[in-house]
Amino acid sequence: MSITEILFFFLSALAIGSAIMVLVSKNPVYSVLWLVAVFFAISGHYILLNAQFLAIVNLIVYAGAIMVLFLFVIMLMNLNAHSEPQKNLWMKLAGVISGGCFLMVLVSLVRQANELSNKKALTVEGNIGLIKNLGKVLFNDYVVSFEITSVLFLSAMIGAIVIGKKD
Amino acid sequence: MTLLAFDWLLIIEKLVLIAIIVFASLGIALYTTFAERKVAAILQDRPGPERAGPFGLFQPFADGLKLIMKEEIIPSSANRNLFILGPGLAMTAALMTCAVIPWGGTVSLFGREISLQIADINIGILYVFGVVSVGIYGMMIGGWASNNKFSLMAALRGASQAISYELAMSIALIALLMTTGSLSLRTIVEQQMALGHLWNIAYQPLGFILFFICAMAECNRTPFDLPEAENELNFGYHQEYSSMKLGFYLFSEYVNMIMSSAVMASLYFGGYDIPFFNESVLPQNIAALVGVGALLIKIVIFIFVFMWIRWTIPRFRYDQLMNLGWKSLIPLALVNMLITGAFILARM
Repeated sequence: MSITEILFFFLSALAIGSAIMVLVSKNPVYSVLWLVAVFFAISGHYILLNAQFLAIVNLIVYAGAIMVLFLFVIMLMNLNAHSEPQKNLWMKLAGVISGGCFLMVLVSLVRQANELSNKKALTVEGNIGLIKNLGKVLFNDYVVSFEITSVLFLSAMIGAIVIGKKD
Repeated sequence: MTLLAFDWLLIIEKLVLIAIIVFASLGIALYTTFAERKVAAILQDRPGPERAGPFGLFQPFADGLKLIMKEEIIPSSANRNLFILGPGLAMTAALMTCAVIPWGGTVSLFGREISLQIADINIGILYVFGVVSVGIYGMMIGGWASNNKFSLMAALRGASQAISYELAMSIALIALLMTTGSLSLRTIVEQQMALGHLWNIAYQPLGFILFFICAMAECNRTPFDLPEAENELNFGYHQEYSSMKLGFYLFSEYVNMIMSSAVMASLYFGGYDIPFFNESVLPQNIAALVGVGALLIKIVIFIFVFMWIRWTIPRFRYDQLMNLGWKSLIPLALVNMLITGAFILARM
């Protein structure tokens, strides 16, 4: 096994294990912290694909900003292990079955997708994720959609301020 | 020596470099605590610590020993795991910044060219921001796990302050990155070292002032030390901590201060560049060592300015802090960015 493979399996195990812990944890604060661990593992995968910019932006935006806000809300509402409502057994069973069906659909999709067959992950030689190439692609080929997205973000920001104003 | 198709000498080289840099940072941080007390004493016209050793030079060791020997108390209603995780996370995040800072040029030792930087990644400065945002967790987890209202309030204050000032900081930085065209700290330093190119402070004076203010807020230094405002919150987010866990929290503040000084020196003050001097006339190894010395001197000057401000200016009120961040610094940073963009367009 090469170093890349070892790292891939380690990061995958970390991501899946942490994701399971997000669901299993009784305490919502623990769930958030495990979710942060998931983001770290996914950033590790991005680095393996040589997408350094994506990796670090994933950390700054999700782990650094959004999850901190999640923690804020959970800490301020003082949610604890015992304040989580207990669902009955049938609900849990229905959740497991529907989740399993969804997983099956996803797996079969990935297996049958023509786009993905015979494609190799560009672990070292891929360089589209480097900031220089990514910037060139975004601002040459996809500039219209990029600008429209930024307008969308701006309107969301202004909307948040308008809603947040008391008077 | 290749096993697993890997250059193990490179690993050894990097491990040695990491060990040196981490221990040097901790050593400097140790003496920064001493310097803080001495500077405070001088500014307040009193002698300061002077009993332990000549001029009180052994004082930091005495303090460290005292912290380690103190009884370790974990409150019975605290969340034990997170209570322990908090200070560790704060300290780790503080030390992780040192990986991307170029501490000097390249040295040639044993026939190898060794770059005095742990990792020259092409997103260096974004990495710093990533680590800073992870550092917030140390404070938040510690404050929440203590199960104390004052600690929680302080942690929430600290986190919201850090997020608010990170915005202005990154916008101030974007203006600088527009002029450098690179995110790698080594490239930024080398550009400033080139002949006929001034330090970035000459091109981005307003950007530097904004960055400096925000860095002070990120380090929780007075006048931005609201998370530890004693008169409102007793002691702040580390109120329930004792022994070396408290020491880690207090110490990480000093490590943060050193790292932010190093980042500012690299971004705006030429990093390991010696002013008014062409390093290429010196032999390579000596030039690299002198460069490290130059960077350390710049860091020490920054740390002194940090302390000078701390013991001169009183603390902000919370609403003043938020008004300054959102209503003054962010608009100023945006204006700075627009002016820089206009200049670059005009020169093209």
